[in-house]
Amino acid sequence: MKEVVLGDEALALGAVHAGISAAFAYPGTPSTEITEFLIRHREKFGIHTEWCSNEKTAFEAALGVSFAGKRALVSMKHVGLNVAMDAFVNAAVSGIKGGLVVAVADDPGMHSSQNEQDSRYLAEFAKIFTFEPCNAQEAYDMALQAFDLSEKLGIPVMIRLVTRLSHVRESIQTGKQRGQNALDTEMRLRDWVLLPGNARNQFQKLLEKQPLLLKESEKSKFNESKKGKGKKCVVCAGNAFNYFMEATGGSLPYFKVSTYPLPESKIRKFCASFKEILVLEEGYPYIEEKMLSIVRCKERKITGKMSGLIQMAGELNPESVKKALGIKVLEPVKVKISLAQRPPQFCAGCPHADLYRALNEAKGSSQIMVFGDIGCYTLGALPPFTAISSCICMGSSVNLARGASIAGAAPSVGVIGDSTFVHGGMPALVEAAKHNNNMKLLILDNSTVAMTGGQETMVKGDAMVELIAGLGVPRAHIKIIEPLPARHEENVKILKEEFAYAGVSVIISRRLCIQSLKKGFR
Amino acid sequence: MKKNIILCGVGGQGILTISKIIVIAAMKEGLQFKQAEVHGMSQRGGSVYAHLHLSDKKIFSPIIPIGEADLVLSMEPLEALRHAHFLAKKGSLVSASGKLPNIQYDELAVLAEIKRLKGALVDSRALAENAGSLLSENMVLLGASAGALGLKESNLEEAIKEAFSSKKEIAETNLKAFGLGLKG
Repeated sequence: MKEVVLGDEALALGAVHAGISAAFAYPGTPSTEITEFLIRHREKFGIHTEWCSNEKTAFEAALGVSFAGKRALVSMKHVGLNVAMDAFVNAAVSGIKGGLVVAVADDPGMHSSQNEQDSRYLAEFAKIFTFEPCNAQEAYDMALQAFDLSEKLGIPVMIRLVTRLSHVRESIQTGKQRGQNALDTEMRLRDWVLLPGNARNQFQKLLEKQPLLLKESEKSKFNESKKGKGKKCVVCAGNAFNYFMEATGGSLPYFKVSTYPLPESKIRKFCASFKEILVLEEGYPYIEEKMLSIVRCKERKITGKMSGLIQMAGELNPESVKKALGIKVLEPVKVKISLAQRPPQFCAGCPHADLYRALNEAKGSSQIMVFGDIGCYTLGALPPFTAISSCICMGSSVNLARGASIAGAAPSVGVIGDSTFVHGGMPALVEAAKHNNNMKLLILDNSTVAMTGGQETMVKGDAMVELIAGLGVPRAHIKIIEPLPARHEENVKILKEEFAYAGVSVIISRRLCIQSLKKGFR
Repeated sequence: MKKNIILCGVGGQGILTISKIIVIAAMKEGLQFKQAEVHGMSQRGGSVYAHLHLSDKKIFSPIIPIGEADLVLSMEPLEALRHAHFLAKKGSLVSASGKLPNIQYDELAVLAEIKRLKGALVDSRALAENAGSLLSENMVLLGASAGALGLKESNLEEAIKEAFSSKKEIAETNLKAFGLGLKG
């Protein structure tokens, strides 16, 4: 069947057709559309799909499905893999039962991220197998194969996407949905109980699997090459292959890498007759670095990001690839006036804007340190608000404020969204409550995961108050305000009162996301 | 046959709807397509764009190279200039003439620069109003760009009907808007 889908959706469809029983994720650009697609069609597909509190819980839920014999997909953005890291690395040691595929979408160029880390290193770190598709069709085909391979090797398998692939829309050819695995409740205690005695055995088994991974990579039909004569060849992967083909039509000999560990012997054999090897890849120079040990370098030159030919930071584009290939870049039409920037900004009527106005007034000219977090409200760092001074990682605002308070900057303030708080902020608030640190946490409760397009949140309404009280914050210092222009004075007063109190307070600024309101949520 | 099309504007202006319709029409003519979209942070009132490739051959790159766009279609004048460097020598620049006032800029200078680049300015807001809904502005611009697309008008019209098949009235308004854009 022909289907028009995004790259993310193609991967999701591949997983469905591979017979998954469940899929788990936390929203994060550019991976969000995988799970959005599955949620939209979950009844038709007959699978369980849900948004989780964070990437670690999502991974663990998927691993639980796998331990019960069924296939599961877990997806996340690159930095989400950091959150899931503990479970991710140890699942390779314990091994899996039902096929377990980890879809990770990297964001080179940082379109919507805090860094551009390359997940291929983390797959190698965990000693698992990775597929890297170059288009939506491959994302579908590789997802199908990834589940079989995961069960064959007994480890999780990663599929690495990048933004330009996640968000490319094209037509793909699809097959039929495979039946789901049967429930299998056999408990493999010696595999899964990673007490040192077992863990040593399991780690040894993982090491012994490595040659099998290599063998699978060597024989994978996704690694394709075009032989040819001449001095120069190209080794490329994923989206870089697209730019290379666009620029040259494939006129140079090339080897397209689609699986990791790298198919070393195949690459070595392919490169044997060439004197100059250009490596094109999205992300860090992962392949380029490996090439130094795969091919003999005395007789040949390897160029790419490490050699300085291509810029280390940012994503590739048709121009950077053309330049690297020595192809002339067309002269662009020159616009002779300077263009005003149009950065993202709060929607008209956004509750965050009203909260920041109140916060700025309550703070006045005092030197109170205010730490932000990750979500739409991060835009409060920009003018006209300039209200927060940090955005490091999910949940960090709580303990940045607590740490600053301990250092003497008391009171200090953390600003966090309701979903981000549940994702990664709760343990830190337990600490703040236990030590009664002089810090204030503003929870911007818009009952929506807003930045990623309005996904459902975990904890709503008064349940948030109960949650915070349960974490140990005294009820007298859990305040609820409604961020509205009409309530500005009242809100400023409440904030000032809490700033004056020398202990932990939580102020819940509660009003539904304006986009969710328009969509008629709840 | 190969057409590189850049659709741009501000988050929420209906750029992806334009491209959806172009894609339906292109598929009717047996063409392949590939489209790079922007999701995430920039959708909040920032600059957004889609790179749409149509071809009778396999398409590789998701991104259109600088200087190779046959058409830059913009829902907003400033955004038209932001993507003008993609224009091919013989490419067409078509832009809405109405500024979206969520940021400050010198509107007259921007419109003059579009004219200098031989771009077509379309009073899409007025034409959309004539068609019966301001929400049909994107279809006015699609009509105004139809010549540069190299697709049959009848296929574009069919595509509009299909895209809005669940709401007949909206389809009618959009067809009218498309027709007004076509006439210019």
